Amino acid sequence: MAHIGPSGFSPYPVAVYEGVLNPPPGKALMFNEIVDEEVAMREAAKAMLTRPNPTIFPGPQVLYAWNEEAKEKAKLVRKMAEVLGAKIIPMYDYRPKYPKINPAIEINPNHPNLTIWHNKIKACIFVGVHCHYANVALKIIRAETDCFTIAMCGMAGHEDAMITLRDQHTEEMEKFIKIAEEVKRGLGRS
Amino acid sequence: MSYKIYDINEDLKEFMPKEIIDLEERATWGNPKRGVMDLPYTKELIEEHSLCAGCPESMALRYILASLPNPEDTIIVNSTGCTSLVFPHIALHTVHSLFGNQNAVASGIKRVLEWRFPDKVKDVVVLAGDGATVDIGLDCTLQSFFRQEKITTICFDNEVYANTGGQESGLTVKGHVFKMAPKGKQWDKVPFWQIAIDSGCHYVARLTVSSPKKVEQVIKKAIYVAREVGPTYVHLYTPCILEIGLNSDDGLDEMRARDKERFSFFEYMTPQAEEVINRVKEEGLL
Repeated sequence: MAHIGPSGFSPYPVAVYEGVLNPPPGKALMFNEIVDEEVAMREAAKAMLTRPNPTIFPGPQVLYAWNEEAKEKAKLVRKMAEVLGAKIIPMYDYRPKYPKINPAIEINPNHPNLTIWHNKIKACIFVGVHCHYANVALKIIRAETDCFTIAMCGMAGHEDAMITLRDQHTEEMEKFIKIAEEVKRGLGRS
Repeated sequence: MSYKIYDINEDLKEFMPKEIIDLEERATWGNPKRGVMDLPYTKELIEEHSLCAGCPESMALRYILASLPNPEDTIIVNSTGCTSLVFPHIALHTVHSLFGNQNAVASGIKRVLEWRFPDKVKDVVVLAGDGATVDIGLDCTLQSFFRQEKITTICFDNEVYANTGGQESGLTVKGHVFKMAPKGKQWDKVPFWQIAIDSGCHYVARLTVSSPKKVEQVIKKAIYVAREVGPTYVHLYTPCILEIGLNSDDGLDEMRARDKERFSFFEYMTPQAEEVINRVKEEGLL
């Protein structure tokens, strides 16, 4: 845990100052608890299937076809949205957009709350967003909205998300889709 | 650089806003024939700017960015001043140097790029104001010319330190009065285009930015010559309409007026530079 510097520098609550750390490899983080990946995936799917206006926010790493994995992941994001009945709103650029973004069709990491407020999103998945901007956006969402955030991260995860799934690549995304289908059936929805 | 980072994944294309799809489909990356005529249709390098309404410098920046023959492999080094306010808004690699150090920083970048990417063309372009180029950065600017660094230096000459409230610079015209130079400048304007020639630049041009096509030609020539021969220098008049008391829509008229006097078009090239320019013309790139 970071001990250097006053937490007051941050205008927002920061999970790491509350002792919440990223999960170790092979595990996931659910609120402030380290759990098995599958448990977290089930809860994430449940949140997306039961909360109003679930939305997936794909970032540049899956929006642009910069390698074969990205192309594959884009297909899986599409499938995931289909299974979860979620909307897709892209985070295609990290630069602040002036005079303002159109929150109905885009999300910007510097003011993600605008998109969440506008669309009344109560559950969302971040996928393919570069870590530094996911960190910024998730802190803002955590402070400014009551949206249930799920970080699907290719690296170490994001402690500011409600559920953090780390080391998520195509195989893990496929696993999540399967679990989501099971949860959906369990909820009596086809 | 790979262009793939601009290719939108087909599966997610339908969720992308139209303006982003346009960026991909109408982009001029990879086309050395790109130029100012593409400006109405493309905006991949700059869309909005943060300068004053009607600022001639913003026009200059648009024309220059539209004229870069190789934007995907161009690095811009800039310095403190109004220009530096625009760089956060442009989609190019830019390095903000310490005030006046821009040509030294650019020299280092160019040398490392030549060493790191020997098979690739990488252009290094310096964009700085008159204070950074001729006053505070005079040493670094001239030394880069003396060392024959293969970089293009573009000076935005607004004849004053406009950003800091109107102090006279070396390029202020004799007798001009500014807010922080109430007695009027007592010395002549430094003819820096001539100093650039004497210091070893292979291509030098002086002009206003009243004619976009002319700016395009000059910038392309300067970059092609810098790639192969040595340092090049472009001196652009970009008046600060606020400091000289003009309205937002007066910038173009001011430049057209100066086209006929102290900023009349002037071009110099060495025989080696001429050879490159003629060859590039034959290739249809100019």
